[in-house]
Amino acid sequence: MSTFAQQLVNGVVIGSLYGLIALGYTMVYGIIQLINFAHGEIFMIGAFGGLAVHIYVLPDGTPALVGLVVVLLAAMATSVATALIVERFAYRPLRNAPRLAPLITAIGVSLFLQEFVRLYYFGGGAKSDRAFPQFIGGDPIRIGGVQFDRVSVFIVVIAIVLMVALSAFVRNSKTGKAMQATAQDRDTAQLMGINTDRIIIVAFVLGAALAGVAGVMQGMQAGVIGFRMGFLAGIKAFTAAVLGGIGNIAGAVLGGFVLGMAETMAVAYIPGLFGGGAWKDVWAFILLIVILVFRPQGLLGERVVNRA
Amino acid sequence: MRQRRLIKLVAPALISVVALAACGERNEGGNNTDGGEKKTAKIGVIAPLSGDLSALGLGIRNAVDLAIRQANQNNKVPGWNLVLAAEDDQATANVGAQAASKLASDSAVVGVVGTLNSSVAEQVAPVLQQSHIVQVSPANTGVALTGRDNLASQKRKYTNYYRVATTDDIQGPFAAQYLLGTGVKKVAIVHDRKTYGQGLQAAFAAEFKKGGGTVTITETINPGDKLFQGVVTKVLNSGPEAVYYGGEFPEAAPLSKQLHDGGFKGPLMGGDGIYSDKFIETGGVQGDLATSVGAPTESLASAKLFVDSYKQAGFAEPYEAYGAYAFDAANVIIEAMAKVLKNDTEINEQSRQQIVDEVGKVSIGGVTGQVAFDQFGDTTTKVLTVYTVQGKKWVAKKTDSFTQ
Repeated sequence: MSTFAQQLVNGVVIGSLYGLIALGYTMVYGIIQLINFAHGEIFMIGAFGGLAVHIYVLPDGTPALVGLVVVLLAAMATSVATALIVERFAYRPLRNAPRLAPLITAIGVSLFLQEFVRLYYFGGGAKSDRAFPQFIGGDPIRIGGVQFDRVSVFIVVIAIVLMVALSAFVRNSKTGKAMQATAQDRDTAQLMGINTDRIIIVAFVLGAALAGVAGVMQGMQAGVIGFRMGFLAGIKAFTAAVLGGIGNIAGAVLGGFVLGMAETMAVAYIPGLFGGGAWKDVWAFILLIVILVFRPQGLLGERVVNRA
Repeated sequence: MRQRRLIKLVAPALISVVALAACGERNEGGNNTDGGEKKTAKIGVIAPLSGDLSALGLGIRNAVDLAIRQANQNNKVPGWNLVLAAEDDQATANVGAQAASKLASDSAVVGVVGTLNSSVAEQVAPVLQQSHIVQVSPANTGVALTGRDNLASQKRKYTNYYRVATTDDIQGPFAAQYLLGTGVKKVAIVHDRKTYGQGLQAAFAAEFKKGGGTVTITETINPGDKLFQGVVTKVLNSGPEAVYYGGEFPEAAPLSKQLHDGGFKGPLMGGDGIYSDKFIETGGVQGDLATSVGAPTESLASAKLFVDSYKQAGFAEPYEAYGAYAFDAANVIIEAMAKVLKNDTEINEQSRQQIVDEVGKVSIGGVTGQVAFDQFGDTTTKVLTVYTVQGKKWVAKKTDSFTQ
């Protein structure tokens, strides 16, 4: 029982990471039907931005909590700035091009950002993994038979707060409602006086900010960041978005949790030759295929649910 | 039109290159007879003399140079003057093969010390074998090079290949003996299913069980993964006193960090794949352990004389990790030459082959311990060292020779 509960907790932690990144995919897809394959790199570059500020700006001996907040803000800023540049120079010129063009561009941007960080990151490029600062330490907290390591607690709490805040923003604010309108029908929204270019930028900015936070979280959890980390995380988050129904905000979060659970449960309970950590991705993707066979639109992917 | 002009430019260039090459040959030929009563025999070095690994390669070259100087001084091979012929392999297999061809075509070359990389040796050894030139490597740890990975056939892969370096496959059993020696009885194993990692952990597990230990769980991860919560939970629930990791530092470091975040108090231990400063920098925890073949030269009692004379010789570069081994490798070749060449007046295929055979029988007290070879051409002295993370550095904890 305690193993099950423990793996459930692990699934929630990894699921919150996937969910945070998946939100960026789903919002951009909901509004301009672009699968932004560079989103994984936005996540990666956020982590590197946070690390740079930690190394070069923060003085030694900064209290951990202050450091954490500053690094989080720096990561968000780096991600947002990168996303804005990418949107302006790579995607906007292709706004009315056939859909394949921006998709290929996204893959190009993804490779560009990876290589850029690898070659030109501070201190001679980030050719191998870099250690990420550990703001939260100490022994894990035990409740019943389950233990929560402190970084995980932080990740889940922040992720849920951000998800709730985003959902409230999209549902209640004027900009959020404009996002929904743009998602439903961009041309009509424009005719109703919504500045759709601005709404598209808002979608990129929100997604990037969440990805930046996720980058810091992964850095703290794993202890290292590398220029390749966006690839795997991006694929997983994209899977989560599809699993939940791409274009659907609640779906992305749900997809993230389902995928995270599937992975940890596969590690925990599948025995023998096809069990163990090395096979977790295989089982997660099998789950994806099975779900898509029976629900091609994803778990929550229905037109009536609010898209944004 | 343009083509003809190109020929006009290229032809003279080609001619001059050929002419220069011819000059080079003539010069080398001249050296052979120059010695008067003393004839010239060359010992080659094939190692990376430029590039990322050049520090190690230059240490090897200098150490061989030192051995040759001492041999000439003491007239170890009567009637013969020994000369160093060092070639750069750039740590690249095909460059190494070219270097080997060059040395093989020189009739004065009787033996080669090298290479640094096992992958380069795979290309160098067959070329030298054709010319019956003995090769003694100071640093190759790849098991397959001597054919010992296929014990059933009992056949050497290259008849001319020997090494004074300890091989990778000893690391697992050595680690198992070390952990058992410190009182650890329960170990969890994690590996990345790659050739290196899987082989390492299998050898470890076999020896650990043989010594009375229990493997609580064997888990796998994917190379490239950085988040291991699921695996960590499983490993910790099995209640190990130590975790043995088969793989390399990019995964081992975050795994160690996450294990200890999860409340694990024991050490993570691995092979030379995690014996890197990067491991410590990116998550390795105090007390984590790694094995590596060989021993830090300074820690060997037999190495003092070598260290002193190396300093005296005034080389620009330090001897690094493999200098002492290269010194021993060169001395093994010199020892065989002394036996074979003392009555010979010229070097031919027959005398080269005699040297190859003679190296197999050599047994000398070297810098790194007793140097002798088994039926595969592997060193019989298998020295390994356990290192532990202390502060920001790997510190040698125990150097020992391995016995089955």
